Amino acid sequence: MNHFLSTEDTTRQELTELLDDADSFVEVLARPMPKVPALRGKTVATMFFEPSTRTKLSFEKAAKALSADTMSFSPSTSSLSKGESLKDTVLTVQAMGTDAMVVRHKATGAPWRVAEWVDQPVLNAGDGAHQHPTQALLDALTIRQRFGTLDGLRIGIVGDIRHSRVARSDVFAFNTLGAEVTMVAPKTLLPTQIDGWPATASEDLDEVLTELDVVYLLRVQSERGGASVFPSLAEYTTRYGMTMQRFSQLKPDTVVLHPGPMNRGVEIAAEVADDDRSLILEQVANGVAVRMAVLFRLLGGEHDE
Amino acid sequence: MSDLVLSGGSLLTEDGLLEADVRIADGVIVEIGSGLDAETLIECDGAWVGPGFVDLHSHLREPGEEWKEDISSGSAAAAAGGYTAVVTMPNTDPAVDAGHLARFIADRGATTGLVDVMPAGAVSMGRHGEQLAHLDELWQAGVRLFTDDGNAVADAGLMRQAMDYLATRGGVIAQHALDPGLAAAGQLHEGVVSSLLGMPAIPAEAEEIIIARDLRLAELTGARYHVQHLSTAGGVEMIAAAKARGLDVSAEVTPHHLAFDDSTVARTDPTYKVMPPLRSAEHRDALRAGLRDGTIDAVATDHAPHAAHDKDVPFEHAASGITGLEWAAAVVNTVAPLDPVSFYTRMAVAPAAIAGMPEQGRWVAVGGPAHLAVFDPVREWVPERTVSRSSNTPYLGMTLRGRVVATVYRGTVTARSGSPAAVAPTP
Repeated sequence: MNHFLSTEDTTRQELTELLDDADSFVEVLARPMPKVPALRGKTVATMFFEPSTRTKLSFEKAAKALSADTMSFSPSTSSLSKGESLKDTVLTVQAMGTDAMVVRHKATGAPWRVAEWVDQPVLNAGDGAHQHPTQALLDALTIRQRFGTLDGLRIGIVGDIRHSRVARSDVFAFNTLGAEVTMVAPKTLLPTQIDGWPATASEDLDEVLTELDVVYLLRVQSERGGASVFPSLAEYTTRYGMTMQRFSQLKPDTVVLHPGPMNRGVEIAAEVADDDRSLILEQVANGVAVRMAVLFRLLGGEHDE
Repeated sequence: MSDLVLSGGSLLTEDGLLEADVRIADGVIVEIGSGLDAETLIECDGAWVGPGFVDLHSHLREPGEEWKEDISSGSAAAAAGGYTAVVTMPNTDPAVDAGHLARFIADRGATTGLVDVMPAGAVSMGRHGEQLAHLDELWQAGVRLFTDDGNAVADAGLMRQAMDYLATRGGVIAQHALDPGLAAAGQLHEGVVSSLLGMPAIPAEAEEIIIARDLRLAELTGARYHVQHLSTAGGVEMIAAAKARGLDVSAEVTPHHLAFDDSTVARTDPTYKVMPPLRSAEHRDALRAGLRDGTIDAVATDHAPHAAHDKDVPFEHAASGITGLEWAAAVVNTVAPLDPVSFYTRMAVAPAAIAGMPEQGRWVAVGGPAHLAVFDPVREWVPERTVSRSSNTPYLGMTLRGRVVATVYRGTVTARSGSPAAVAPTP
């Protein structure tokens, strides 16, 4: 593995090894001194060309927990505003002496381009509506912690699949790890083509609700102005929101995940978000561990290819 | 001027193939026979000798973006690819919406002297789609094909006016058929690939809807209508139906829409970003079939040079276009091979007729103008360099079958085996 860009082409073995490593880093993070010297002397650059809070913080925390140094970049304070190209920006940062680059960009495929330009590992922290593979890892880890395996689980991903990089990453990762995935959304938020997606699709949440082991709620992107993808937030909540009424119909051990940030009262009722079977904060905690696993895999000596 | 003999080739004549030598003097074909000799003799054994290719769709970027290409470098690329005439698109800066701009381009072409350079004119002022361009001025300057290429003429009312205005003159209205509302911010074909990439995409219907509408307007007005860079199976069907009903319509296809499908875009390599987008394999196959059966009249390159920095960016930010003049014939012969008569019909005869260039696209005959392309249809080769000013092309490094052996323009050899000859400008 030279880069970590997508879950589309990762194998079950690769994913499983990363999750196993992540499990051990969960244990490291629980220590009084939550730090290992694995990447001492290495520098990880976090290049977020699109605003982010949690993913950027999570990667930085992961790098530091491996004793790497971090450098961060944000577009508002950079030469991007002076017209510098993406290529020149990443080459400039590389020239300062970095060992890996974490890239988030609103343009689909940007991390692949960066990987062509630089001669160090690139981690995709989200490109357009395409991929966000470490999110899929942390989701898979969270589910595996609860159920022991993803094999045979029925997972429903509910919401704006069409515009979601989380969905694209999760569908492939969950499927590769043995789960059966159903995508649930109004037609305008389902993929334009289901061909090629290792998942089934439904427009009716209530129809599939009681069969699910995991309900994965996507954020309703109300900031996606202009595109009239559904008539109103209220109508969305009525048909697709995880209300208490729907929550009460779930199987007793079914869990609820959400990538954050949540819109309480829209895709998820506040009471559901705060319930024990909602694993949203576990997901956030696991984010640091899986990012440690990926950084360790790409930069750590023993796994170097 | 000394004479020139092309020896040992198969001539493309009005009556079909003829194994013979051809002698050229003073820009004219003067003799067809066997065992001809001359001071300059080009061996054409195993090659076809037919009318020089005519490109209906070139972006030579002059005036306004000369760092990408200009009429000299673009003419050289055309000559290297077997072309003796190119129609330049009017989306220059400024747009070719008035007579003096068309004259400037034709003059620059004549000064360069490697190919006939025929400017296309804009349909609307500034290609903004609001107000008719100076159509009569453009006509007087020699323009015969009108298009807002790069933009569709989206307004049906304006399209009708342009067609009415030009119908009696016989001018061709050529359309960049893409409904702007459906195309929106689309970057690639709407299909399996776009669905997995999550990028805004352009359904085939964006093209088909405009063609359907325009065909009705062509019927209403009696205008000659031409579809540029056809990319959809539905478009091929509609053109076939319109021809069957007797409408004066035509269509072109690019080498890249024949060669590639949207699977090339899955890794978001901007080299393959073009407009209209590369579509699915089913559409590509329909285009190949349409070219074979003649529904599609012409191959047109949509030669679209861009600077390296316009492509060395993420896919969504990249400029659309591929350069193709130098390899178009070889690409077509590789991916959609045709018999020699059909090949020269689509590459030269039909496009010359659409472009309104009576001296071009003529079958080889004594007394005819010596605009010739010598093409070896079996030779395999790998293009390694380009004479265009830009190199945004997937063809460098690709194994192609078929090679332009020589190009003759006005009786002068303008290129040999892909290298333009140093030619003194024709006075």
